[in-house]
Amino acid sequence: MTLDQVAIGEEVKITKVGGEGELRCRLLDMGLIPGTVVRVQKVAPMGDPIEIWLRGYELTIRKEDAGKIEVAK
Amino acid sequence: MIYALVGNQNCGKTTLFNQLTGSNQHVGNFPGVTVDSKTGEIRGDKGDAVVDLPGIYSIRPYTNEELVTRRFILKERPDGIINIVDATNIERNLYLTLQLLEMHIPMVLALNMMDEVRGNGGTIDIEKMEEALGIPVVPISAAKNEGIEDLIHAVKEVASRRIYPKVTDFCEKGAVHRCIHAVSHQVEDHAERIGISPRFAATKIVEGDRDVIESLQLSDNELDLMEHSIVEMERDSGMDRNAALADMRYDFIEKVCGRAVIKCRESREHKRSVRIDAVLTNKYLAIPSFLAIMFLVFWLTFGVIGTYLSDLLSMGIDRLAAVTERALAAYGINPVVESLVIDGIFAGVGSVLSFLPIIVVLFFFLSILEDSGYMARIAFVMDRPLRRIGLSGKSFVSMLIGFGCSVPAVMSTRTLSSERDRRMTIMLIPFISCSAKIPIYALFAAAFFRKYQALVMIGLYALGIAVGIVSAMVLRKTLFSGKPMPFVMELPNYRFPSAKSVALLMWDKAKDFVQRAFTVIFIATLIIWFLQTFDTRLNVVEDSGNSLLALIGKLIAPLFIPLGFNDWRAATALISGFSAKEAVVSTLSVLTGAGMADLGDALAGIFTPLTAASYLVFTLLYTPCVAAVATIRRETGSAWKTLGIVCMQCGVAWVAACIFYQAASLCLHFL
Repeated sequence: MTLDQVAIGEEVKITKVGGEGELRCRLLDMGLIPGTVVRVQKVAPMGDPIEIWLRGYELTIRKEDAGKIEVAK
Repeated sequence: MIYALVGNQNCGKTTLFNQLTGSNQHVGNFPGVTVDSKTGEIRGDKGDAVVDLPGIYSIRPYTNEELVTRRFILKERPDGIINIVDATNIERNLYLTLQLLEMHIPMVLALNMMDEVRGNGGTIDIEKMEEALGIPVVPISAAKNEGIEDLIHAVKEVASRRIYPKVTDFCEKGAVHRCIHAVSHQVEDHAERIGISPRFAATKIVEGDRDVIESLQLSDNELDLMEHSIVEMERDSGMDRNAALADMRYDFIEKVCGRAVIKCRESREHKRSVRIDAVLTNKYLAIPSFLAIMFLVFWLTFGVIGTYLSDLLSMGIDRLAAVTERALAAYGINPVVESLVIDGIFAGVGSVLSFLPIIVVLFFFLSILEDSGYMARIAFVMDRPLRRIGLSGKSFVSMLIGFGCSVPAVMSTRTLSSERDRRMTIMLIPFISCSAKIPIYALFAAAFFRKYQALVMIGLYALGIAVGIVSAMVLRKTLFSGKPMPFVMELPNYRFPSAKSVALLMWDKAKDFVQRAFTVIFIATLIIWFLQTFDTRLNVVEDSGNSLLALIGKLIAPLFIPLGFNDWRAATALISGFSAKEAVVSTLSVLTGAGMADLGDALAGIFTPLTAASYLVFTLLYTPCVAAVATIRRETGSAWKTLGIVCMQCGVAWVAACIFYQAASLCLHFL
């Protein structure tokens, strides 16, 4: 399963971070690394991007990019 | 001594900088990039300066902010680093700290927002933290001005005694450890030659950081050897190089925090943010509340406070002009000099200066929106529609301000983190119809489209937006075909903006604008005055139809034949509109010899409803006024790019008006 498919309020664990180049480095730097627990908080009014919670703070990423992050329950 | 202030975005860095320096600040630009560099003297200390480096999350070579920060630290070699971290979000903030420690420069950690952590039942064991990180740690609250003296004392201590960070090795024994140490060993001589720490060089080589690798001038053989160790590490650890390093750092951070941090329960500030967000980013309420907030800001800025202050200021300038005029007349000075002072300097600079209150008031609201954390929510809410045209949500606010005035709109693009987005937004802002064009629309709409005035207004605004969208689509495929910056943005808790930060920002923007008003804009208004006052033999003109400006108007008038209006007065008015858009109306009035009251009738002699509409389309889209052009010049940092934008704007206006006129004529022909 990928992060964009996770329901609001659900907590999941990251298993793999895909993507490449700057985007991938950005995601890793912000603490999205395998093993991190993430919760989907909210979806923007127009359906994209999404707001996620991790490591005690909130981050917003686009669904397209969230689709590159593999997660497990 | 020079200290660098480094930290994440949204961690209170600017507030701390203001506390450290008071109003003793100097704003400049880093060479080559449009990233603000602020330097300030530490309060009560001659000779100790702090440089406020841009907020970043990691030392990567991607954004201007990151490049500026790393180059400043590596090349300028500050005597000490003050690394400010948000104690309520310590894990992610320490990620940058670890990279700074590797750079091997005397450093102090400022744990900001400690009051918030304690207030919500959390603690951080300072001693254990110091032991784990090997640097002094000082708990502070920048907003409440607590712990600042201790911080200054601590950083002076490490800087003057050259106390370097004691811990730089964050890796457990294992594949990553072996790899970093192997590379570090191989790169040691090169790193010492260019004066950077081998450990920093090694981790950046592992990350594939081109900026560092190039500066080290490694031989192919050395690069091969290092690549070999890295590939081995990837195989043994089961992770690729970037993931392995991020994992190593967060692993270390989790261990440190496990020992030294008792996490607070969900903080009051966070609960409050969640409650506010339940409305402001709600599925149905987000856009209405956004529009309501922006409407309020606009109404207060352009309708109430700004206009009131602007009127007051222009009244003051008019009084001063009247007094000066009388004084000059009494002195019996040459009438040309009198005209220069009154019609040139006072009228020109005065009309531009009357923008000043609007800019100050608008930036007052903007800095509140930014500092409170609402700007990040706007980006969150508006990202989707803007992504379609190749921009991200943050550009939306700048564009919206463009409806008021292009000058603050262009200035506000400073808050955009991607240079590409910034340039593209600046190019699109002039298409958004600013409030100074309203008198032109009102005049023509009343004269030619009495029944459909509102429709004409709405149509013009819509056309401006439509042309902006089309231009964005074209720009995205051509000039800005590069990859847009990834949209990975922190949503900070809502916070109460600090009065000091808001006041300082307003002061900065006002100063910036006044400086420009007296340089570029001053010269431009003098040129326009010169062209209006003299004829080709440099005699003062009696009839404004003989001036140099009118001559140029007559010269370029044929250009507008395909647009339907071949009249030198119309063309001349367009040229004078460059000084300020309202001048189009006053010039038409002067050249037709009609007063404001019967200007509409006089225009009927020049335009038909169709050509009037075509003229409006051209006015809507052609070059921004001199104040806006000067701002664009400053924000893009290039005269050529500015010239390009002006030419593009005029070109687009001509094509749009031409298509409109020809198509409409054709339609009328068949009707």
